[in-house]
Amino acid sequence: MEAPIRAREALGFILFSLLFSICRSSSLNHLLISNAERRIDLSSHIVKVFLTLKVENAGSTPTSEVLLSFPPTQADHLATVEALVTKGKRKKTTLVRLDVKPTELPDAPNDAKYFTIYLANPLKSGESTTIEVLYLLTHSQEPFPAEIAQSESQLVYYRDSALILSPYHIKQQTTFIKTPSTKVESFTRVEPSNRAGTEIKYGPYEDHPPYSFSPILIHFENNSPFAVVEELVREVEISHWGNLQVTEQYTLVHAGARHKGVFSRVDYQSRPTLNGASSLRYLLARLPPRVHSVYYRDEIGNISSSHLRTDSRKSELEIEPRYPLFGGWKATFVIGYGLPLQDFLFETSDDRRYLNFTFGCPLLETVVDKLTVKVVLPEGSKDPSAVVPFPVEQHLETKYSYLDVVGRTVVVMEKKNLVPAHNSHFQVYYTFKPIFMLAEPLMLSSAFFLFFVACVAYLHIDLSIRK
Amino acid sequence: MAAPETSTAAVPTLYTNNTLRNAFGGVLSFFILLLIGVLAFSIRLFSVIKYESVIHEFDPYFNYRVTQFLTKKGIYEFWNWFDDRTWYPLGRVIGGTVYPGLTLTAGTIWWLLNSLNIPLSVETVCVFTAPIFSAFASWATYLLTKEVKGAGAGLTAAVLLAMVPSYISRSVAGSYDNEAVAIFALIFTFYLYLKTLNTGSLFYATLNSLAYFYMVCSWGGYTFIINLIPMHVLLCIVTGRYSSRLYIAYAPLVVLGTLLAALVPVVGFNAVMTSEHFASFLVFIIIHVVAFVYYIKGILSPKMFKVAVTLVVTVGLAVCCAVIAVLIALVASSPTKGWSGRSLSLLDPTYASKYIPIIASVSEHQPPTWPSYFMDINVLAFLVPAGIIACFLPLSDASSFIVLYIATSVYFSGVMVRLMLVLAPAACITSGIALSEAFDVLTGSIKFQLPGVTSNAEVDAGETSSDTSEAQTDEVKAEKPDDTSKNRPSKKSKKKERELAENPPAKATAKAKAKAEKKRLLALPLEASVISLLLLVVLGAFYVVHSVWAAAEAYSAPSIVLTTRSRDGLHVFDDFREAYAWLSHNTDVNDKVASWWDYGYQTTAMANRTVIVDNNTWNNTHIATVGTAMSSPERAAWEIFHSLDVKYVLVVFGGLIGYPSDDINKFLWMVRIGGGVFPHIKEPDYLRDGQYRIDSQATPTMLNCLMYKLSYYRFVETDGKAYDRVRRTEIGKKYFKLTHFEEVFTTHHWMVRIYKLKPLKNRIRGKAKKSKSKTSSTSSSKRSGTKKKNPWL
Repeated sequence: MEAPIRAREALGFILFSLLFSICRSSSLNHLLISNAERRIDLSSHIVKVFLTLKVENAGSTPTSEVLLSFPPTQADHLATVEALVTKGKRKKTTLVRLDVKPTELPDAPNDAKYFTIYLANPLKSGESTTIEVLYLLTHSQEPFPAEIAQSESQLVYYRDSALILSPYHIKQQTTFIKTPSTKVESFTRVEPSNRAGTEIKYGPYEDHPPYSFSPILIHFENNSPFAVVEELVREVEISHWGNLQVTEQYTLVHAGARHKGVFSRVDYQSRPTLNGASSLRYLLARLPPRVHSVYYRDEIGNISSSHLRTDSRKSELEIEPRYPLFGGWKATFVIGYGLPLQDFLFETSDDRRYLNFTFGCPLLETVVDKLTVKVVLPEGSKDPSAVVPFPVEQHLETKYSYLDVVGRTVVVMEKKNLVPAHNSHFQVYYTFKPIFMLAEPLMLSSAFFLFFVACVAYLHIDLSIRK
Repeated sequence: MAAPETSTAAVPTLYTNNTLRNAFGGVLSFFILLLIGVLAFSIRLFSVIKYESVIHEFDPYFNYRVTQFLTKKGIYEFWNWFDDRTWYPLGRVIGGTVYPGLTLTAGTIWWLLNSLNIPLSVETVCVFTAPIFSAFASWATYLLTKEVKGAGAGLTAAVLLAMVPSYISRSVAGSYDNEAVAIFALIFTFYLYLKTLNTGSLFYATLNSLAYFYMVCSWGGYTFIINLIPMHVLLCIVTGRYSSRLYIAYAPLVVLGTLLAALVPVVGFNAVMTSEHFASFLVFIIIHVVAFVYYIKGILSPKMFKVAVTLVVTVGLAVCCAVIAVLIALVASSPTKGWSGRSLSLLDPTYASKYIPIIASVSEHQPPTWPSYFMDINVLAFLVPAGIIACFLPLSDASSFIVLYIATSVYFSGVMVRLMLVLAPAACITSGIALSEAFDVLTGSIKFQLPGVTSNAEVDAGETSSDTSEAQTDEVKAEKPDDTSKNRPSKKSKKKERELAENPPAKATAKAKAKAEKKRLLALPLEASVISLLLLVVLGAFYVVHSVWAAAEAYSAPSIVLTTRSRDGLHVFDDFREAYAWLSHNTDVNDKVASWWDYGYQTTAMANRTVIVDNNTWNNTHIATVGTAMSSPERAAWEIFHSLDVKYVLVVFGGLIGYPSDDINKFLWMVRIGGGVFPHIKEPDYLRDGQYRIDSQATPTMLNCLMYKLSYYRFVETDGKAYDRVRRTEIGKKYFKLTHFEEVFTTHHWMVRIYKLKPLKNRIRGKAKKSKSKTSSTSSSKRSGTKKKNPWL
C-alpha cells in the first residue's frame, strides 16, 4: 500500500491491484464502469485527457453522483475538469454540461483526490449512461535531460498510469496516448500495449478492481515551446465615456528544458529548424473584435515586433518577445488595448450595470500560474459583486486615477493554474449614477474658473500702502 | 537713455488712445507668447510621434535612473545614495557627484502630478521635461530681450529660440539631460541680472541669486555665468558706466550666489576654491573699491580727492601685490593650476588632446566644423552681426551685456561642439534684435511713404507696439535718475501707467513726434523697403523650414532605436534594448557586465546590472583598465576581467548592418586611454603605417586583441566572406576560436554581442606543466610588464 503512485523513480515498475476490501459508502459500491476509454493528448505542454466512461448502476438505489479520482501528483496540476453527457437519441444528440465539484472523502487511499460529477437525472438501478470527461493537466511533462544545448531537441517525461484510477470496478478500459511526433525514446510496456506512429495504445484491459494503478513513463520528444506565464495581472478599467481599457502585465517564462551554454545567433538564423527547435519565437493573442489602440511594450519601451490582424469576429495579435525564449529564459511585457464599451457593458432589469468579459489569458496555448483580474469600476459606483464560473479568491481595493477624489472601487479576483479553457465570461455587477461622470469635468472647469477669478481679483486690487 | 523732455503740449485723448493700444498690445503679446510656448513644446514632439515616448541616448538614462530612485526613496535617501552598481568595485556617491537640478525638477513635477491623482509614470514626466522647459526658456528669452530692446525684439527672439536647431538637439522629448533645464536657468539668470541692472531693485537681485542657484544645481555650465557677469561688470566699470544699480546687480549675486552654490554637494567648497570662480571674487573686490572711490569722490573736494587717490594707490598697490603673490602661489601649487580639465580645454583648445584623451574621445567635445554652425543656428549666423550693430545703437548696460555674451559664446562654441548650446540663445537674442529693428525701420518707412498717412498723429498710431513699449521703457529708465526715491519699481504695468498719468502726459506724444521727425529723415524708398521686407520674410521662412526639418529628421532619433527606410517599408533595429532586456531577465542580478564606458549608463538603467565603467568618466585608471583589457589578447583580457569579477562582456558591433558608431570604430580611443595608464599598450602596434585597419593588412596585435575577436567571432559564417559593411572591407582574420570566452547572446542584427567568461579550468597535472614550459619562454619577456598590466591583482 505504500504510495506506489508516488514512485517516480520506479521506471517500468508495475504494481497491480490496489485491492480494497474496506467498506465504502453505498454509492460507491453499486456503481461500476462497464467501458472506459481514455485519450491523452501530449502534443502541447498542456496535457489534455478525454475520458469516456460508461457508468452502470449495479446497485439497487438510484444515484446521481459519480466520483472521479486522481492521484495527488496529478491533482496538483489539474487545471480544469469538465464533464458532459450526451442527451437525446441518434441524430438529435446534444451535449449537456454537468456539475463537477472537488470532494473530500475521509478514507481516500494514498491521498487520492476526488471530483464528484452530479448527473442531471439520477441513474436508476440497472441503467447506464455515458459520461465524457475532459481534464487538463499543466506542468506534467518533465524535461529530461533537464538542460539542453541550442541544437538539441527537447525530450520530456510523462508519467501516468496504464490503468485508470477509479473508485469503481472497471470492466474494460483502453488508453490512447498521442505524442507530438514519432520520436519516442521509450515507454513503459504494460501488455497489451503497442505503438503506432504518434499513438501509443494501452489496453484493452479487462476487469480491474477499484484503485488499480500501474505507473507508466513515456519519454518522448516535445519541441513545442512551454510558454508559461508565471504571473499575469489584467486590469480592466471601465470608463462610462465609452471606453474599456485593458492592460495586461505578463511575466513569461519558457518552462521547458533549460538552455545550456552558448547561444549562437548565426546557427539560430541559418538553421532555424535544427537550432532552437523548442525556442519560443512568437505568441498569438486572441483579442476581442473592434479592439483599438493596441500597444505592446515592456519597462524599457515599445517592442516593435508585433502584428495585429482584425476582422469582424476577432482580432489576432501576434507578438514576438524581444529575443527568442529558450528554456529557462524569461521576459516581461505589457499588452494594452481599448475596446468599445457597448460590447461589454450591459444593464440589468433592476437598473444595475454589469460588465461581461473574458476571464483568462488571451494568449493561445499558454499556462498561467497566477492570474489576477482587476476590474476598475468608475468613481462613484456602488455594491460591486462578481460572478465567475469557477472558484476564485476575491477582494476589493481602491485605486486613484486621473483626478479622483474618493477613488475607484476595484474588484480583484485571483486564481492559480489557468489554461486557455478558462477563457469563459465572468460578470461584475454594480450600480452607478451617470451624474458622477460629470464630476471631473465640473471640477476642472470650476478650478479654471476660480483661477481666472483670482487673476481678475488680483489685477483689480491695489495692495500698495502708499498712494 | 537721455530722452529729451522738452515739450509740454498735453493731448489727453491721444493718451487714452495710447493706453488702450498698450492694453491690446499686452493681450496680443500674451497670446503670442502662449503660442510660442506651444510651438516650442510641440516642435520637440517629433521624436515621440516618429518613434515612441522613450528616454534617449546615454546620459538621459542615468538621469532617469536617478529620478526613479528619487521618486521611490525620497530626497534624503537620494542625497546619501551610494551606488554600488556602477564603477565596480569602487562604486559612486551619486548624491554628491550629480547636479541635482534636473532630477529634483522632474521629481517635483512627478510628485505634484501624483498628489493630484494624475498617475503619470516617472518615465513620461522625464520624457516631457525638456520640451516643457524649452517653452519656459523661450519665455525667458522674451523677458531678457525685452530688457534689452523692447517687447518686439523680445517676441522675435523668443520665436527664434523656440525652434533653434541647436537647442532642439538637446531638448527633444526624451532627451532628459541637464541642458534641458539648464538653458532655461541660464537665460532666466541673465534676464534677472539685466532686470536688476535696469531697475536697481534688491528684490530682483535676490531672485537673481536664486535663479543662479537653480543653474548651479542644474549644470556645470554655471561657471559660464559666474565668469560672464563679472566680465560685464568689469566692462561697465572700465567704460565708466558704474552706477549703484550695477553694484546692486552684482554684489548680492556674488555673496548670495556663492553661499547658495556651496550648498549643492557636487560644487561644495569648489565655489570658493577653484579658479573658475576667482574672477567673480576679483571683480567683487574691484567693484567695492570703485564704489568706495565714488563715495569718497562725493564727499571730498576735487583737490582732497587727488591727494587721497595717490595715497590709496600706493598703499593699495602694495597690498594687492602681496595678495596676488599669495594667490598665485596657492594656485600654482595645485597640479592643474586649480582648473578642471574641461575648463582648461576651453581656455587652451589643444589641452585635452594633449593630456586627457578621455575628454578628447567624446565627440561632443571636439571643435565644430563650419557646416555644423549652419546646421545648428542656420540663418541666425548671418543675422548675428546685424544684431550686434543694433546693440550699439544706442549702447546701454543691457545691450553691452548681450554683445559680451555673444562674443564669449562664439569663442566657446568654437572650442567644443557641445557649447553651441550656449551660443544658441545669444544668437537668437541678437538675431531677434536685428530682425525686429529691421522690420521696424522697413515697416516704418513703408508707412511713411504710403499716401494718406503723413500726419503726425497717424504715423504715431501706425507705430508698431514694440516701438511704443520701447519708448515706454526708455521713459521709465529716463525717469529713474530724477525720482528714484519716489518711483519704486512695481511689477504691474498698470501702476506704471498710473505714474505716467501723474507725470506730465505729454511726454509720449512729444517723443513720438520727435521720432516721426527722425523717421522722415531715415525713411527708405518704398520699393526697396518692400523688397527687403519680403526678403526678410523669406529668410525667416527658410529658418522655420530648416528648423522643422532638423527637429523632425536630424535630431529626433533616440539612438537606442535605429530605423531605416527600405523598399519594403520601415525597418527597425531595436538591438540595444533586446540585449539589455536579455541581460536583465536572464542573468543573475549581481552579475557584473564589462563594456566600453559609453554603454555603462544604459546597462545600469535598462538591464539593472553592475557595470565596471560608465559615462561619468571620473576615474581614468578604471577606464584605462577596461581599455587595456579590450586591447589585450584573450588570455590577458580574461585575467583582467576575472580580477574585476566580471561575468559578461558586452561589445557593440555594426559590421553586419553598417552601424558606424560601434566599438571597432571607437577602439583606437580604448587603446589610447589604456596606453595612457598602462604603457605596454602602444598605439603604433595597432596601426599599419599609421592607418587603422582591420583587413588582411592589419597588424597581428590588432587581429589578436579581444575587441577584434569578440566583434568578429563567427562573423564569417553569415555571408561566407566576412565583409564588414562599416569598414567596407573583408576582415583580416576570419576563422578563429575563443578559448576563454563563450558567446551567450547576440542580438537579431548582431549589433550587441554578449560573451561570458569561461570559468577557470580544473588544473590537470600533466597539462599544467606542459603549458607552463610553453609559456615560460614567451612570458619572460612580458614579465616586466605584468606588474603594471593588471592593477587589480
